[in-house]
Amino acid sequence: MKTFSYTIKDEQGIHARPAGELVKVAKTFTSEIKIGNGGSMVDAKKIFGIMGLGAKKGDTVEFSFDGEDEEQALEAVSKLMENSL
Amino acid sequence: MQVYHGKSVFGGIAIGKLWVFSKKEHQVVRVKVQDCEKELVRYEQAKEEAIKQLQALYEKACKEVGEANAAIFEIHQMMLEDEDYTDSIKNIVTSQQVNLEYAIGVTADNFSTMFASMEDEYMKARAADVKDISERLLSILKGKSNGELKTDTPVIVLADDLAPSETVQMDKEKILSFVTVHGSVNSHTAILARTMSIPALVGTDLTLSEELNGQEAIVDGFSGTIYIQPDEKIREELERKKEEEEEKKKLLLTLKGKEDVTLDGQHVMLYANIGNTSDLAMVLKNDASGIGLFRSEFIYLESEDFPTENEQFQIYKSVAETMAGKRVIIRTLDIGADKKVDYFGLEPEENPALGYRAIRICLSQPDIFKTQLRAILRASVYGNIAVMYPMITSLEEVRRIKEIVEEVKKELSEQRIAFGEVLQGIMIETPAAVMMSEELAKEVDFFSIGTNDLTQYTLAIDRQNPKLDAFYDAHHPAVLRMIQMTVENAHKAGIWAGICGELGADLSLTKEFLKMGVDELSVSPGRVLPLRKVIRETDVTKA
Repeated sequence: MKTFSYTIKDEQGIHARPAGELVKVAKTFTSEIKIGNGGSMVDAKKIFGIMGLGAKKGDTVEFSFDGEDEEQALEAVSKLMENSL
Repeated sequence: MQVYHGKSVFGGIAIGKLWVFSKKEHQVVRVKVQDCEKELVRYEQAKEEAIKQLQALYEKACKEVGEANAAIFEIHQMMLEDEDYTDSIKNIVTSQQVNLEYAIGVTADNFSTMFASMEDEYMKARAADVKDISERLLSILKGKSNGELKTDTPVIVLADDLAPSETVQMDKEKILSFVTVHGSVNSHTAILARTMSIPALVGTDLTLSEELNGQEAIVDGFSGTIYIQPDEKIREELERKKEEEEEKKKLLLTLKGKEDVTLDGQHVMLYANIGNTSDLAMVLKNDASGIGLFRSEFIYLESEDFPTENEQFQIYKSVAETMAGKRVIIRTLDIGADKKVDYFGLEPEENPALGYRAIRICLSQPDIFKTQLRAILRASVYGNIAVMYPMITSLEEVRRIKEIVEEVKKELSEQRIAFGEVLQGIMIETPAAVMMSEELAKEVDFFSIGTNDLTQYTLAIDRQNPKLDAFYDAHHPAVLRMIQMTVENAHKAGIWAGICGELGADLSLTKEFLKMGVDELSVSPGRVLPLRKVIRETDVTKA
């Protein structure tokens, strides 16, 4: 399993569009990908769960990746976070 | 006659009948069912159909309002496919042995309550998305679509507010104008109206009622007014105004898509000046090849406090994206004691025109400057952005600015935030800058001559004072020589020089400017096509 955390810089936090982009990227991998914001972790392939985290600017969100393509998944997700959040 | 006012998002006049858009929410009843499997099959079919509809809407919206604004339909698809949402619906059907419609209704309520209870205003508003997708499923199950625009003649659409999914479904041929009670000038409806080049009002002070349906109305997008059951006088006046507009449009339409080149083959970059994102539609409509002056002040003037980097980034990004690769020259903050903004805390001055303003504020308070530069550099990833600095008088200022830009770039790289390269130019609007133009040209990528200030500073005449009109000569040879000198020095250093002041649109000077070798003319959007006409009829080699 791999983990990674990221502090959100975007003023609006994880709003609908980046949440949608995250789901799109996450779904391209077979690994189990989870995201949390200080509490329990939710499935990064489900848009309502991600939006329900209410992650705002300054919040540090954690990711975990578990599966065959976990390394590639981590790389793709971290790239997405840096570019759009 | 009833008269109401709103914020206009696009000029123009629409005359026609009102059509009131009202949302009808589905009522669902709980019914016990025996065959749960059948309900689940119906669900899969409805879901599949909903996703198909959303995909079609996405493609349609991409063409109409651009990918960024169409993304909402992709998100709605994801929401429909979200496992938590689908599991909830299936669970209710099988565990309670109830009809599918009821299960959707309950799930929609649960999920929208989750959003509505969140602290963040934005997330609260997302409850509407959940309702929207659930209503779509219910409509499909019922075999009826919601809020369909059924009319033979085009109408003025009157609504409380319109969701993207609602406007995209409407037949655009049937819409003369949008008038909404809520919504901002940046709302989806506003963007759509601009893209369609039809008059539209948002935040209008009227109360919606079904009785308005079918009533005669006139929307005046120039003054932000809607007249319901207009009297004869208003009707005649606005009909005449509408005809004049259409005549003008027809005449100039023949020049759209034509090159900006003189009879003897000299090319000119013909750009437009804008003071707000709401001017963008006019830029596109008048076919300018770029934006030669984007007055960024409006972002500051319309704010209650310093606009954040992200607020600015979003604005610059949307302008760059809208212009789709055409050049956008953003002039950094040009505020001073005459254009007052409370939160800047500027003190009153004896001579505001000669005072603490523009680049002088930016260099004294680099934090404000850096925020803007970061936003511009980040936005340049999304298009062809250039930046220019106002009120330059010396080489030292330019060198200091370039140092600050380098610092900003370094910070962005360290933070691993994407940014693009931008051309950097300066406004030539002080006699000092003209006299130093030979040296300044070696430091920057382009010049843009601001003739309004340059004339005022060269002639030492305050244009606000009517007593001085007799002394004022817009074509004063001193000013024209200043322009000539600037252009010559620009060319000597191999850079381009343009004019972005009012003089650039003065058709009696166009030939002279072309003779001087002016490379770019930037004028208000409405002046682009008349200027193109003159350029195309000019032969610089002939007297």
